Parts: sequence; C-alpha cells; structure tokens
Amino acid sequence: MTIKTEGDRFVVVTRRFAASPEAVYRAHTEPALVQRWMLGPEGWTMPVCINEARPGGKIRYEWKMPGGGGFYLTGEYMELEPYRRIVHVERMHLPDPTPDNHVETRFVADGDGTLMTMRMTLPDAETRSRMLASGMEHGMEASYVRLDGMI
Amino acid sequence: MNEALQTPTLNSAFLALSDPTRRAILARLSQGEATVMELAAPFEMTQPAVSRHLKVLAGAGLITRRAEGTKRPCRLSKSGLEAVDQWLAMLRDALSNNYDRLDHLLVTMKSEK
Repeated sequence: MTIKTEGDRFVVVTRRFAASPEAVYRAHTEPALVQRWMLGPEGWTMPVCINEARPGGKIRYEWKMPGGGGFYLTGEYMELEPYRRIVHVERMHLPDPTPDNHVETRFVADGDGTLMTMRMTLPDAETRSRMLASGMEHGMEASYVRLDGMI
Repeated sequence: MNEALQTPTLNSAFLALSDPTRRAILARLSQGEATVMELAAPFEMTQPAVSRHLKVLAGAGLITRRAEGTKRPCRLSKSGLEAVDQWLAMLRDALSNNYDRLDHLLVTMKSEK
C-alpha cells in the first residue's frame, strides 16, 4: 500500500489485491461485505452499514468501539461504473461533520489481481491537515476519511 | 504517548507542510543549516516573507533556530519530523489493517463462489 499527499488538497492511496476488479468493487459497495473489513482498529465493529450503490445513493457507516462510544460517516454516491470506478463524497460526524471529502476510487485489472487507486480531494489545505492529523486511530473512516478520507 | 504525537502539534505540522514554499525550504534545509538570507535567494522572496514561513515551521516544531551573532541559522528538527513520520506510519497501519482484512475476505469470496 502507498499513501501520499499531492499538492495541497489531495491524498492518494494505492493498494493491490489478489482478486478481480469485480470482487474488489463488490467488497466496497455491498453492505454485507463492507461490514466484514472496513473496521479500523482491533475490536471495532460496524453495526450499521447503509450503502446504496447508485448515483445519488446514500452511504452511512456507524462504528462501535469495544469500550462503548463510536462515530459515524455519511456520504452520497455521485458516479458508479461497475467494477471500474466509484465517485462519492463523505464526511465524518465526530459528532460535528467534517468538511466533505470527495473520493474517486478506481479498480484496474493488474495481471490476476486488481490495482486500486483512491484519490481524495479535500476542500483546502487546512482540512487536509486536520484530516491527516486527527483521529486516524479511528481506522477506515478516517481510513477512508482518514482513509476514505484520510493523509 | 510521545508528546510530539499529540494532535495540536501534528495539526500545526501538517498545516506547515501544506505550503509548497515551506516544503521547498525544508528540502533545502535537509542539505544543512542555512540563514534567512541564504534561504531567500533561491526562492526569489523577500527576507521578511521567508521569515514568516520560518516562523510557521518553527512554531510547528519542524525546524529550530540558533543565535549566531545577528544571524539565526535554521536547521531541521529531527524530533518534529519524526513525529510526522510516526503519525503517517500509524495511519498507514490503520489502513493496512483494513486492507489485510479485505485480502482475507476476497479469498473467502472466491471459495464461496
């Protein structure tokens, strides 16, 4: 996996998976699958996973941490090209919403696997700085904010 | 936890790093100590403008300055930069955990077909 910043508003994450673009795409868009991996630190769970994979569809992930407490993320899908590309916006609620993180995720066949490139665009340098410097310990949201959103 | 890893410090560090001129100044300082005058020359900036950037970098703990007569040469702060590295490593770990789980899930999906 690589994660790097570009310019003053972008964060780019790349990762290769040993599965087809179709499988990796499904793992990002089917709630029953998302709930099995997008969990962040050990012990966290995602009791609520709403993922309406169509343009305009809603996203809502709620994480629960072992000692109680948690946080959630909401978002909307903008574009979906099955098995190839997803464009969505998302923000975390901590509980105040963070500025929108615009995310484009591409899945490209790479031999017998898939190369995923996720490009996150934040509204400005300060937001990116905060995203990078705050709460990455929450894992994927950050992972995805922090990852899906997040360096 | 390392004091330098506290969020306010990291916020100011990442914010300091978000400016291309400040990143260029850090790149220059990675080659060794330099004075404001030496830093201003390649950037075609006035010394006050460079000084403002240095103040931000120093405030974020990324550089230190020492007094040498009327000059105050700057150098990279190892601890400040290490804190940024450590934080990015933690972020990478959090993401890696998720993707490692996804690797296992993808194997399971294949066998469930």
